[in-house]
Amino acid sequence: MPDAARLAPALPPPAIARPKPVWQEPAAPPRARSSAIPIDAVLFHVGLLCVCLAFLLPFVWMLSTSLKTLEGTSEYPPRFVPHPFQPQNYLDVFRHSRFRFATYTRNTLIVAFLTVAGTVVSSSLAAYAFARIPFRGRGVLFVIMLATIMIPFPVTMVSLFRIFRWMDVHTIAWLGRDNPLRMLGTFKPLWLPAWFGQAFSIFLLRQFFMTLPNELSEAARIDGCGEFAIFWRIILPLARPALAVVALFAFMAAWNDFLGPLVYLQLPDQYTLALGLQSFQSQHGGTEWHLLMTASLLVCLPVIVLFFLTQRTFIQGIATTGGK
Amino acid sequence: MTRQERRNLRSALAFLAPWLIGFAVFMALPIALSFYYSFCDYALTAPSRPPVWIGLANYQQMLHDELFWQSLRVTLAYAAMALPAGMLLSLGLALMLNANIRGQAVYRTIIFLPSLIPAAASAMIWLWMFNSRLGVFNHLLRAVGIGEVNWLGDRAALPSLALMSVWGVGNTVVIYLAGLQDIPRDLLEAAELDGADRFARLIHVTIPVLSPVIFFNLVMAIIGTFSVLTVPYIMTHGGPNNATYFYTMYSYDTAFHFLHMGYASALAWVQLAIVLALTAVAFWSARKWVHYA
Repeated sequence: MPDAARLAPALPPPAIARPKPVWQEPAAPPRARSSAIPIDAVLFHVGLLCVCLAFLLPFVWMLSTSLKTLEGTSEYPPRFVPHPFQPQNYLDVFRHSRFRFATYTRNTLIVAFLTVAGTVVSSSLAAYAFARIPFRGRGVLFVIMLATIMIPFPVTMVSLFRIFRWMDVHTIAWLGRDNPLRMLGTFKPLWLPAWFGQAFSIFLLRQFFMTLPNELSEAARIDGCGEFAIFWRIILPLARPALAVVALFAFMAAWNDFLGPLVYLQLPDQYTLALGLQSFQSQHGGTEWHLLMTASLLVCLPVIVLFFLTQRTFIQGIATTGGK
Repeated sequence: MTRQERRNLRSALAFLAPWLIGFAVFMALPIALSFYYSFCDYALTAPSRPPVWIGLANYQQMLHDELFWQSLRVTLAYAAMALPAGMLLSLGLALMLNANIRGQAVYRTIIFLPSLIPAAASAMIWLWMFNSRLGVFNHLLRAVGIGEVNWLGDRAALPSLALMSVWGVGNTVVIYLAGLQDIPRDLLEAAELDGADRFARLIHVTIPVLSPVIFFNLVMAIIGTFSVLTVPYIMTHGGPNNATYFYTMYSYDTAFHFLHMGYASALAWVQLAIVLALTAVAFWSARKWVHYA
């Protein structure tokens, strides 16, 4: 696939190594024009305020609904400040008969943790080879790796399912029904592939590893370090910010994933949060909107908190994906 | 191969081993299998039945499959709305956010936040906002006297989903902002000295320098549009009257509800072909408008 190949050279070396203000810091010295003509600033403020209000509306509506009674959700005209005020929802949502919050959270955390660990370990190994070992066929292999990013999930979805089922048929034949290698109906199909390298993370880490000076490896080599020792003792400690970005993205992807759990999980007991939210929609109509919004807010919360804690790393990471 | 080369290859293979195994088992093999299945009649039934080779029949069937054309129409119509809207808004927002104004960090955070929200959760939030009797949109419309819109009804559902997609432009905005920081200041100053006003500088300096980033975002948006599934799956189940029956939903249903694995594989390959064709068009057009420094 030539496309990814052409995309790659277009991407200059990454910026994680040389942190530049992308987010918080005020943009260097003010540009003459923009501050000289206040009318521009006023227009920008009006425009941005409108967009921001619109962007905040869903959050406000969710928060407001999550504090209402069921009757309160069908009140007309609606109130943004709930009355009666029912913070009780945040406890009730843990005792819901169909939406098993604690179970779903535990399931999501297991999948997310194993995905993050697998992605970081396997992707940094592969990225090291692509970035720092000159070997024959490296260019071709790297292009193939990039090209896999473009393959839509449906192309592999059906046969992946088939492969996991095939594995099950055989492990059951050898080891019995409840063997630990069972795939379908367990979390394994969701996290196991992460342990075998994730193309996008490999790309990000490779870009970062390339920016580290070669002298570091040379010095270590003279001291008698093997390739793995260089990777483990020199490169990885220096790559912590890039590893954090990869871990963060892997966590978010696992936390937010809907299609994977939808395809592979069978019992409601195994649902992840993203999949479980659907259990508020009853087959017979009559959604408990107040509790659904409470649960949705709680599902969003960890991601938002994580973002605020890691803002700089996070934004730098996204900027890198765009070829910075 | 010299001794050094051989040693390098050996250690590279050791480092690459996990990825190589993963590539073989979770990528190459599934791709090959799915290509083979796409020429087969293959139903995933309980006592499994081997796939039966039927040549091009799956692909021929598509030509007369109303649902296939409907899902393709839906996806393309959605792309025609969501893609330009998202591209324009994200670029516009990035340009405004790049200006040196007060409260920049707050604006940026607010605009970025929605793109963090899990698709399943945002589907729920918007389902509730679009609710025709109790949703906030119709409350607001009634308040200003416009009346009600059946947001997720026959006609409005697809535009509504496109509108909703715009809520998640934050990611793209960040990528643009990063690109905007790379624009050499002296280039802008030179243009200014030559008498170029704000607009002229935007058209002749900023946009051309930013064009590789715009292009990157365009390609990503094309790929993304063709894998929309979660939101319509939760919000509309493809309805009403298949008005939001996206292509990926049809693939998913074909595979896991109707259990026609062969036909589902064929659908996936057509999807890949369409995405590649659109990307190729983007690359071809890029020669005219993308400037690599």
